[in-house]
Amino acid sequence: MLTHDKTSRNLWLAMGGLLVLATVLPNWLSFITTIALSKGLVVLGLVLLMRTGLVSFGQGLYYCLGGYVVGISGSHWGITDVALMLAISICVALVVSALLGLLLCRYREIFFAMLTMAFSMILYGVLVKSEIFGSTDGFNIAQVSLFGWSPAVENLGLCVYLLTVVISISILQLLHRYVRSPFGYAGEAIRENEIRVEYLGVSPKQVIFLKYVIAAVLASIGGALTALVSGHVDPEMAFWTTSGEFVFIALLGGTAHVVAPLIGAFIFEIIRTFAFDLAPNSWQMILGGALLLIILFLPKGLWSLLPARKEGDQS
Amino acid sequence: MTAILQTRGLTKSFGAVTAAANINVVVNEGEIVGVIGSNGAGKTTFINMVTGYLKPTEGEVLFRGKNITGLSPRHVTRFGVCRSFQVAQLFPELTMTENMLIACRMLSGKRLTGFAPLKTKESLQVAKNELDSYGIGGYADAVVATLPQGVRKLLDIAMAMVGNPALLLLDEPTSGVAIDEKFGLMDTVMDAVARSGAASLFIEHDMEIIGRYATRVIAFYDGHIIADAPTAEALAHPDVLQYIVGTQLHRQPAESHDHA
Repeated sequence: MLTHDKTSRNLWLAMGGLLVLATVLPNWLSFITTIALSKGLVVLGLVLLMRTGLVSFGQGLYYCLGGYVVGISGSHWGITDVALMLAISICVALVVSALLGLLLCRYREIFFAMLTMAFSMILYGVLVKSEIFGSTDGFNIAQVSLFGWSPAVENLGLCVYLLTVVISISILQLLHRYVRSPFGYAGEAIRENEIRVEYLGVSPKQVIFLKYVIAAVLASIGGALTALVSGHVDPEMAFWTTSGEFVFIALLGGTAHVVAPLIGAFIFEIIRTFAFDLAPNSWQMILGGALLLIILFLPKGLWSLLPARKEGDQS
Repeated sequence: MTAILQTRGLTKSFGAVTAAANINVVVNEGEIVGVIGSNGAGKTTFINMVTGYLKPTEGEVLFRGKNITGLSPRHVTRFGVCRSFQVAQLFPELTMTENMLIACRMLSGKRLTGFAPLKTKESLQVAKNELDSYGIGGYADAVVATLPQGVRKLLDIAMAMVGNPALLLLDEPTSGVAIDEKFGLMDTVMDAVARSGAASLFIEHDMEIIGRYATRVIAFYDGHIIADAPTAEALAHPDVLQYIVGTQLHRQPAESHDHA
């Protein structure tokens, strides 16, 4: 079953394809792709929660934390190694989400959504008041290196692109297994009927806690990669509109398959880029219109455009 | 006979309403106990207290002599007490097989892992066998929300049974099931219970079903137990006749033959 998995094979092919494309993609497109994959990772975490029946309006919290940890470890702690930066980002997200998760796993529906949003807005408030981190302006990311090798500034974007492709596709591979595992199904079981899960001897709170932590780690990786490719972090990353954007992308892509959030994120970035180009003052209207059309005609997201797969092939 | 479940002075009040008062019940190993009583008599409250869904206001629940009062449903489940629900509690958007797979895996007590798939050749075979043994294997790939009520009730009970419980509590297994299907359903369920050797306590409104399957009957009225005796004796108890069964409805066999 594992060895003949079509999605798994296609993901490796996609990874190879994206790596080869690096040589021909124009800079702007590889930049958008990097951003899309990074945001896609955040949305992937959000989708895991949504499959469990919970909508987080505060993934910006970990997205921002991930970005700021990369920035701070470069400019304040003198760390330049990307791998180390990512590792610290993940650790910070683990610690923070483990603490908040203890509280959040007791809440459902709108209460969960509002609380997650409140926590991200607290971080936003703190960062806006922190002059040492550039207040509302944020600050720039210092020169980075990977295992002792520092890419030239003009090649940095390309390097981050390659890194993001490798990381995001690897994570997709893991999550593709994950959603079909007993723990993955536990989420759907909780969404469908929490009482039954409890009577099957499993604690829904524990499952939700772990899923929240996983989603937080994914968001922090996404935030760290975004910081690396854009070379800048600011408190907007924790603002509720950023978290809302992730929910937007999740709806756009759909929750039926692990690849959907990444495709959704890519389409979102493309629409936004062209909408901004077309209507610099009212680009949000184009995005809003796009979301409206999706909700009206494709309530299960763009993924539902694909013909239904055979049983066993589905995630 | 040794007691598998014993409750002592179990009481539940919701504000001024006492849903169950001083309930003392003993269920022995391998016994099939029927519970009767009109709506609001405290039958489901009793099951909810035993399985930890409601915390009793007073009293204690002993499972094989161990005090399990106030434990959460999942801990009670791990002790080997499983239940079915009056309204089937399933995962409606998933298929029947997926429902069964999840139940098998969760009740196995093994850690829920995040890498190996839930659906393997072996696990699918186990789920299929389980469904087949309840005669509902034909619906295996159907989404639960689309299933008929009787099949859902059976799936609900089957999912409670896969953990091989020592005690099975059935909350109105035949409610919402067509009259001519009730006996078939109960036969299937009671066969499974007999095979597993579990003790069982079931709530039921149909006295024919009580008469056919229960060896002992506990009658609830207004939060109290008014009778606890072997089936025939309990059904003939004057209080049971007055409050639950009704003298007019409780026809003598000879009389019903006249009408038939």
